[in-house]
Amino acid sequence: MAEHIELDIDGRRVAVPTGVTVAAAIAHAMVDTLGSGVITRRSVSGALRGPLCGMGVCQECRVTINGRAHRLACQTPIAAGMRIETATDCGAPT
Amino acid sequence: MRAAPKQFDILIIGAGPAGLSAAHVAAQSGARVGIVDDNIHPGGQIWRQGPAHPPSGPARALLDALARHPNLTRLCGTRVVQPLPDKRLQVEDAQRAQVLNYGRLILATGARERFLPFPGWTLPGVTGAGGLQALVKGGTPVTDQRIVVAGSGPLLWAAARTAQAQGAHIVAIVEQAAPRSVARFARALAFTPAKLAQAIRLRLDLWRTPYWRGAHVVAAHGDDRLRGVSVQRPGGNIELSCERLACAYGLLPNLELSTALGCASISYADAMAVQVDAWQRTSQTDIYAAGECTGVGGMELSTLEGRIAAHAALGRQDAARRLFAARERYRNFSRRLHAAFALNPCLRALSKDDTVFCRCEDVAYGEIAEHDSWRMAKLHTRCGMGPCQGRICGGAAAFCFGWQSANTRPPLSPTRIGTLAGLADTDAA
Repeated sequence: MAEHIELDIDGRRVAVPTGVTVAAAIAHAMVDTLGSGVITRRSVSGALRGPLCGMGVCQECRVTINGRAHRLACQTPIAAGMRIETATDCGAPT
Repeated sequence: MRAAPKQFDILIIGAGPAGLSAAHVAAQSGARVGIVDDNIHPGGQIWRQGPAHPPSGPARALLDALARHPNLTRLCGTRVVQPLPDKRLQVEDAQRAQVLNYGRLILATGARERFLPFPGWTLPGVTGAGGLQALVKGGTPVTDQRIVVAGSGPLLWAAARTAQAQGAHIVAIVEQAAPRSVARFARALAFTPAKLAQAIRLRLDLWRTPYWRGAHVVAAHGDDRLRGVSVQRPGGNIELSCERLACAYGLLPNLELSTALGCASISYADAMAVQVDAWQRTSQTDIYAAGECTGVGGMELSTLEGRIAAHAALGRQDAARRLFAARERYRNFSRRLHAAFALNPCLRALSKDDTVFCRCEDVAYGEIAEHDSWRMAKLHTRCGMGPCQGRICGGAAAFCFGWQSANTRPPLSPTRIGTLAGLADTDAA
């Protein structure tokens, strides 16, 4: 079984397997409430969006990591204590 | 702080099969070799690594061989920002920016998926086919999820298998090509035994999964997330419940960097690709290109092209020439692939007037269709002007409207202002 590390997603403390991407970490954190519908950002007119290309091209998986906006969740590896903010709280666009 | 400029005899952009193969050949010569890739791990898309996906087979062998060369510098998680005069490239990673000098440059920038917009394709839970595969390899959980895999080409099978191996239930594989095209392609796999073996293995792994040909997804349904899809089949429409849809229509070469460097492009199958000669040399002096950016043809072809490019860049024409016959065999495979999976023109009508076409700027198909060129559509609607810079909607517009995209302008991807500001300081000094 993979080891886990703890990080913070939208203010929630979650444990996710080591070595995964931020996109995968969000999926692990959301799988109970949202199933597969990983949400990362809101579009310019407010629609919920999630990862599309998985390889750093589409820019749909942008989230805020440790206060820095517009990081690509699909290409960023997780680190212990990381703070990730998505648009799931229906707050401001990410 | 800015690191000192680095000097490489041979600099390679892209660490997929083509780039790694080129690096291996180049590193053996003792030259100072650099390899740049925007992913954290080398391997590109086909050899993408992840927590449950350590490198194996040829990828493992190549990476192990490369690790033995101290004259090879790997720059992972690093994007090219823009070319600079005098054989220099500006790059940045998560922490810093730097300038790389090169003697010879080998572009192995690969390809991306072609997306064709359809109603519901912006719902969370809808990804590309390779997109799903990449996300799963990155650790995204799919256990017990029902997934429809749709679009066109052999990548659908690879993506389905990767998700299935992580516990997903593949509801169906939906292929737009006609049954007889696919059958002809399958018969011709006998010419490339490695491809035939792959195909048989995938079919056996997914033997219970329905494989519909001459079929395509017409809409994805859901409120805040995906609940199901409508599929049009020769026998009539069918509704499927699913938590995920992985849908993309083949691959398109990544030409942003080659274009910015002034390398000519040619029409290849139904897309544009970097133009190369027999030595994988582009139209620009000292710049070579290999792999999917020169035309989509698969891992074996990419590997051969990477090796040829490196030999040629080192001035070893004889060694390069010895690989020409093998390259030709896989180029023939590529031609059969494109012929078999050519897109049905009916897919041009997938979008409805209110379907989001440009995801970055939320521009609808109907707004774009009022214009008669990509340029006019961009000027009036902002389509293609968001963070992805038309990488997604540009390919769709090329297929749906026959518009060729205008040149990408530097910076080639969203870049920190500090990177660009730092450059100004350097030039002034």
